[in-house]
Amino acid sequence: MFLAILNPLMRIIEIPMLALQRLLGMRLFAWAFLAPNLILFGLFAFLPVILNLFYATTGGDNVLLADRPDVGLRNFVTLTDCGSYLDPNTCREDKFWRAVWNTTWFVTLQVGFMVGFALLTAIILNRDIRARGFFRAVFFFPVLLSPVVVALIWKWILQREGVLNAFLDWTGMGGINWLVDAQWAFAWSVFISVWAHMGFYTLILLAGLQAIPRDVYEAAIMDRASPWRSFTRITLPLLAPTMLVVLVLALIKGVQTFDEIYAFTGGGPGTATTFIIQYIYEEGFAGAPRLFGLAAAASLMVAAVLVVLTLIQLWVNRRNVDG
Amino acid sequence: MFVTYMVNQGGTTVLKTSFAATTAVATSFALLAGAAAAQEIRFMCYSDGNECEVYDDVLTRFEADNPGVDVIVDVVPYQAILENLPVQLAAGTGPDMAKVTDLGGLNEYYLDLTPYIDTGYWDASFGGTLDWYRVGDRQGYYGMHSQLTITGAFVNATLFEQAGIEMPGADATWEEWAAAANAVAAATDTPFPMAIDRSGHRVAGPAISYGAQYFDGEGNGSFAGFEPFAAQFVAWNEDGTMARDVWAGQGGATYQDAAQEFINGELVFYYSGSWQVGRMDEQVGDFFDWQVVGSPCGPAGACSGMPGGAGIVGFEQTEHPEIVAAVIDYLAQEDVYAEVAARTRNLPAHLGVASAGVEFQNASPAAQAALNAFAADLPDVSPIAFAYQGYAGNRAMFGITVERLSQAIVGELSVADAVGRMSDDLAAAMAESQ
Repeated sequence: MFLAILNPLMRIIEIPMLALQRLLGMRLFAWAFLAPNLILFGLFAFLPVILNLFYATTGGDNVLLADRPDVGLRNFVTLTDCGSYLDPNTCREDKFWRAVWNTTWFVTLQVGFMVGFALLTAIILNRDIRARGFFRAVFFFPVLLSPVVVALIWKWILQREGVLNAFLDWTGMGGINWLVDAQWAFAWSVFISVWAHMGFYTLILLAGLQAIPRDVYEAAIMDRASPWRSFTRITLPLLAPTMLVVLVLALIKGVQTFDEIYAFTGGGPGTATTFIIQYIYEEGFAGAPRLFGLAAAASLMVAAVLVVLTLIQLWVNRRNVDG
Repeated sequence: MFVTYMVNQGGTTVLKTSFAATTAVATSFALLAGAAAAQEIRFMCYSDGNECEVYDDVLTRFEADNPGVDVIVDVVPYQAILENLPVQLAAGTGPDMAKVTDLGGLNEYYLDLTPYIDTGYWDASFGGTLDWYRVGDRQGYYGMHSQLTITGAFVNATLFEQAGIEMPGADATWEEWAAAANAVAAATDTPFPMAIDRSGHRVAGPAISYGAQYFDGEGNGSFAGFEPFAAQFVAWNEDGTMARDVWAGQGGATYQDAAQEFINGELVFYYSGSWQVGRMDEQVGDFFDWQVVGSPCGPAGACSGMPGGAGIVGFEQTEHPEIVAAVIDYLAQEDVYAEVAARTRNLPAHLGVASAGVEFQNASPAAQAALNAFAADLPDVSPIAFAYQGYAGNRAMFGITVERLSQAIVGELSVADAVGRMSDDLAAAMAESQ
């Protein structure tokens, strides 16, 4: 029935396709199919990157490139002018370096905790436990939430008169102003990010665990290997390729962190939770004057870091494929 | 067309019917005589209270009197006016007209209304506020200041009464208010003695009272003299006099008010401004008694608040400059302006309306008294504050103030370093804006 409808339709489509093929030839015909996607990619991905290169070498606060004076590498010099890169107070653009260091610490802690907890969760969910499907759904659920929703939920929990402080007051421990203290705000930002994204990486690791052949474990049992030995000598080595992919993906995602933390703390207190993407946004779009050049230069520096991380991922993938 | 409105003359409310609006409508009729097709004007508007709703209503009458003209009021959040509008204008995709607060900062995009309006009437009606929209050699007529605001303090009178502490007098200093607010908070177990909105505009009045000059000898923006206030403000945030949540609970230059804390009865002394009166009136109700006490005095001898507000401007990129000008001129007519001021409960910037007095609609006695208190505080506003409000670089200075002062409050920078960074940031911002 379905084919009876489809076949005549395909014959109708075939007529212009054949004509086009005769007109263009086989080689150009392929480009005709690729063209729509290439145009969209070029307009919305490639062209902005090129424009960004130009913006990074211009100054002023005008939007149109034609109205922007060429300043060469001045924006890059401004960003990298530091007495010591370890101390943002010695840097000309101290906010940039605060954001760089905040991002570095955040990514280190977030990725470390997230990969660790995701692995632990995946191992538990891979076992034959009761209500396994339910728990898999529970751990994956936060991934489905919008970043702003995640931020608002936790803001309601952690604000001065939030749920957590109400509970602490009830137990007699007294509340803490979590979001006004720099250390607490940063720690909660890491926690929330892990909570929100862990489910995704758990899912990938779970797939990796399920790909490990059962007979390897059965052989280990027959050799009377302990569970710990099975884990360190079988699970971890065979899961390593998946772990590397998870690690690189989490690193890239961690560097790009913006929306949920921006909605959660606004980057405060002070600059305690201001990360690099927020710095770029504020310099380019929220502040006055709008320093598009400085923002573009900073974004190119972030892009360079992301390119390195992506190359590592590609290299890891290729090594896996090559065995 | 006849517009009827209530005005207060010598303490008596009288009903006036004016022909002034008729003149404006007739002018716009003449301007539109050749326009046969429907012409759509987009008005980007934000509300502190009900402003956009009232404009929409008033402009419906304009549309009725001008067949073929459709003024669409796009109500947007204030953040969109601050962040999206400048980008839209720079990209040439902005609206035809908007209600703005960055009065001088957007001057390059403004439509000069001079050819379309009676400049004599505008000079007589809006006086000095017209200068707030002018920058450099662009000295035309650009904006109708639709709501005049002034910063000042709201006080929870019930808490003072419960604490049995007398409120400081009319010329009390910031220190005296801080001591009194601390005493009241301690006696009544109130979480916060004082709070100032997280805004560079809001701290400008107190900073001037502490000696901030905001301009150098050549009239360029400067943070000279800002440090005494910065030191005091940071100290108050550290010792709990100021609600630390307001400034330390955010990052960047994000605006944050403390109105909800005041409305909840958690705050003794709240420094904000006249635009909050409507909100206080509606949301506090009879929960507690509140009053406006204006701006306290500082060691520099000034007791200055900061003027401000919003204005309606047209943009050069509009395809219908004559209609945009006609709409703004219509809203600038004394009878229409008086009606809008009364319905929105805003202080009028129109000198004729202000001198006649406004009978604010649906305002409680407390709100009426508060608005009068704010109006009475206008003579105390320092000339520096007026100049700062009209300075084209003030938006950059407001943002820098918030960012760096917040860093000093949370301990990322010392007060001296924060003020030093403010000067560096300002120099960089001005260099980029040249």
